Amino acid sequence: MSVERLRTLVGHVVLMLGVAVSLFPFYWMVVMASNTTPDIFSYPPKLLIGSHLFENMGKVLDNVDFFGSMLLTLITAVSVTVLVLFFDSLAAFAFAKYQFPGQKVLFGLLLATFMIPAQLSLVPQFVTLAEFGWIGSLKALIIPGAANAFGIFWMRQYAAGAIPDELISAAKVDGASFFRQYLSVGLPVLRPGLAFLGIFTFINVWNDYLWPLIVMTDPNRLTLQVALDQLNGLYNTDYSMVMAGALMSVIPLIGVFLIGARSFIADLAAGAMKS
Amino acid sequence: MQNRIRQAFPQYAAISPFFILFAIFGAFPVLFSIWISFHSWDGIGPMKWVGLEQYSYLLGDPTFWKAIGNTMIIWVLSTVPMLLLALVIANALHNATRFRTFYRIAYFIPNVTSVVAVTLVFGSIFSNNFGLLNAFLQSIGLGKIEWLTQPWGIKIAIATIVTWRWVGYNAIIYLAGLQAISADVYEAAKMDGASPRQTFWRITVPMLRPVILFTAVTSTIGGLQIFTESRVLFGDTSNIGGPGDAGMTIVSYLYQSAFIKNQFGYGAAIGWALFIVIVLFSIINWRLIGGSDDERLTSRAKRRAERKIAVQKAADVQEKELADVR
Repeated sequence: MSVERLRTLVGHVVLMLGVAVSLFPFYWMVVMASNTTPDIFSYPPKLLIGSHLFENMGKVLDNVDFFGSMLLTLITAVSVTVLVLFFDSLAAFAFAKYQFPGQKVLFGLLLATFMIPAQLSLVPQFVTLAEFGWIGSLKALIIPGAANAFGIFWMRQYAAGAIPDELISAAKVDGASFFRQYLSVGLPVLRPGLAFLGIFTFINVWNDYLWPLIVMTDPNRLTLQVALDQLNGLYNTDYSMVMAGALMSVIPLIGVFLIGARSFIADLAAGAMKS
Repeated sequence: MQNRIRQAFPQYAAISPFFILFAIFGAFPVLFSIWISFHSWDGIGPMKWVGLEQYSYLLGDPTFWKAIGNTMIIWVLSTVPMLLLALVIANALHNATRFRTFYRIAYFIPNVTSVVAVTLVFGSIFSNNFGLLNAFLQSIGLGKIEWLTQPWGIKIAIATIVTWRWVGYNAIIYLAGLQAISADVYEAAKMDGASPRQTFWRITVPMLRPVILFTAVTSTIGGLQIFTESRVLFGDTSNIGGPGDAGMTIVSYLYQSAFIKNQFGYGAAIGWALFIVIVLFSIINWRLIGGSDDERLTSRAKRRAERKIAVQKAADVQEKELADVR
């Protein structure tokens, strides 16, 4: 065997070990969710998938309003994603393809907002929303995140290279309004970029924990992550049920990710390189 | 000018949603938080002006310093192995020609999985009495370790969760950086007889520096805001930092002060302390890894100038000696 081939083989062994570490917790989640709690806590522990999965899932549904929470989270994640895609791509289109007074300053200001950590404004944001009477309502989860600097910055980089100026000039000659130009010239070209931003936003909103924990004060209206945490806090002993809940909360998200995984990963890396 | 502004009305309208939302939910709260931090306030009753008292109390508050220390330790325990492992994985991925898509997806999946679910799984793996890790340690003849009670055990558990979630993400970013390095450079190194190890440390790492800086900055900002892991691990509002507050992070302390103890003024002050810590660390990162190009140029120029002066001096001395001889 040549040195070259040996190195390739060693590389694959290292990578496979990493994959095993990367995927093991998911396997372990299924093992725990499909066995009974006494089985999990026995020594030596059970290492294989058991037969109590549906029983444990049933217990989750008995203890928390799982589907209610999932619906709430789904509504939130879809609304935020749609709003972010629209507002961010519209702003990015304007920044990337038009000249207007104050453009540079405004874009610089937008970049400067990156520097502010979210936790700095946690307390006053809560107070502000309480003033609006939004605490406990979906508005508190959706509106503040409806447009963000990251998405505009990322889409602008994308739009600058992807949209040919000639197409916009042609649309202008045809007498198309700005919004018309955005719809007929901008959006079609931006579609791959939107796919990335959409998946990215959806995953982030779905997984968000701290903000929903603070603003969703009604125990009957919790997002999935907070509900999951409650399940853990209330029934500390029934681990297999908690794991069944964790599994149920993770599956839809991994589904969304796998749909667009290949291009998503490529786009994420490209974004990091540009900034 | 006025005409141009009027003409650009659609563009201003297009970018306005972000700026309006930012003004209400970003800029205003930041300014407001300065105001709140000068008060003693439970969020409901009247605000009582206390000036800088919250800040002076903060500086003498042992729990605050403990939270800072914990956060730093967890940050180091997670970031250093995370970025090194990511570099190794990215290098292996770069050389692998088969199964690339599979590897990338497998390495990235931890990052899209929710922190709450992941922490629940790891919490059971690290569990003191019945955890998988302790069962493993026992089976190979080592004793149990009380991971979720010991101060170091707690930090290692949290750092493990963070590392597990973010290694793949950073590896993918390094991989993109590696792919951007031109093959000519490697070819030239090979011609000069460089070993693979030399090539890695002398060419790959320096060329990756901007990407490493990017990952270091983002890991620092993320690492200093760790909250969910310790909150879910100890799932108990009365003891949010875990046994002996060993898992209390800066954000945990902020959350506890503001939203459990209803000390909004103090919570706002902790927010500003966090902001300062993040800015300080970003500057340190920048200096350590980034090092501005100007700086290196000037130091090189300085060295060159010094060498010139030395040569000149030597020449002067020689000339003088010659003159003396004459």
